[in-house]
Amino acid sequence: MGAHLILRVVAKLLIPLIFIFGFYVHFHAKYAPGGAFQAGVILAAAVIVYGLIYGMDAARKAVPPWAARVGMALGAFIFAAVGFVSLIFGENFLDYDVLHPDVEHARGQYLGIILVEIGVLLTVTTVIIAIFYAFAGRSPEITEEEW
Amino acid sequence: MVDFTQVFDYVLMAMLLAIGVAVIRLKNLFAIVMLTGVYSLLSAAWFVSLDALDVGFTEAAVGAGVSTVLLLAAMLLTARDCDHVGAARHWAALAVTVAAGAALFYALPDMPIYGSGDTPANSGVGMDYMMRTGEELFIPNVVTAVLGSYRGFDTMGEVFVVFAAGVGVALLMGLGGGKRDEEDV
Repeated sequence: MGAHLILRVVAKLLIPLIFIFGFYVHFHAKYAPGGAFQAGVILAAAVIVYGLIYGMDAARKAVPPWAARVGMALGAFIFAAVGFVSLIFGENFLDYDVLHPDVEHARGQYLGIILVEIGVLLTVTTVIIAIFYAFAGRSPEITEEEW
Repeated sequence: MVDFTQVFDYVLMAMLLAIGVAVIRLKNLFAIVMLTGVYSLLSAAWFVSLDALDVGFTEAAVGAGVSTVLLLAAMLLTARDCDHVGAARHWAALAVTVAAGAALFYALPDMPIYGSGDTPANSGVGMDYMMRTGEELFIPNVVTAVLGSYRGFDTMGEVFVVFAAGVGVALLMGLGGGKRDEEDV
């Protein structure tokens, strides 16, 4: 897609905004609709737009396939690890109250939700990027005539 | 008084139906993929109109964005047009659709009225969460509290489902990035 100047310029403007919106959806989920699942797909969509406009090699440089591979497992691991931490401290699985001594103000719950949401964000983002790499890595480039 | 948002909903549903019919009649896979993307985008607008904002922008990102890209990539690996389908198979599909549609309409009177307060979702444990979240967790967004804390185990299951989907695709197709993949191609 070497000649698509307008697409490149618009993408350059839009991709940072998509990232900011994704992080906003993630970190503002305490007050607004959204959460890690939604934020994850938005962040992954930004990477996919980057890959579509600037080519797969540029996307693989930005988010290497090994990072997608590790992120998938790491996110799920973080979520489960929070559960096992509360189990080790003698509470129920995923009972976040043990994570912080201030049970009165539910600081542990707050911390726990933030931690597991980071895990969800990581897994959802990297899984979608990995699926995109898997498909796009096999497809031939779209030739100009087909547009 | 006419409820404006309801009119909006009906218009969106009519557009969804029109796109569905168009997808059935088209033979060009590129056009079909694009129309399914439009279908998802209209669904997203409809979800927003139904006050399901978070579902709306997930649908916009996944349905209209990611899955359109994946379908395009899959189309590039196969053909550009679909084969002719015999009339007999159309009749079978129509029969299944009519039967499923009739069953849905049969079940319709049992559904609660849209926005009704005494649905099972709103009256039972849902109301309990609404009452307790503010006092117990100090989190204004009840959905986040329920997903993250009260039903954290369910959410963990969802994350592992997403993880399993990623692993499944990686096992079938590779990640398209390692040195081994390049040698295969």
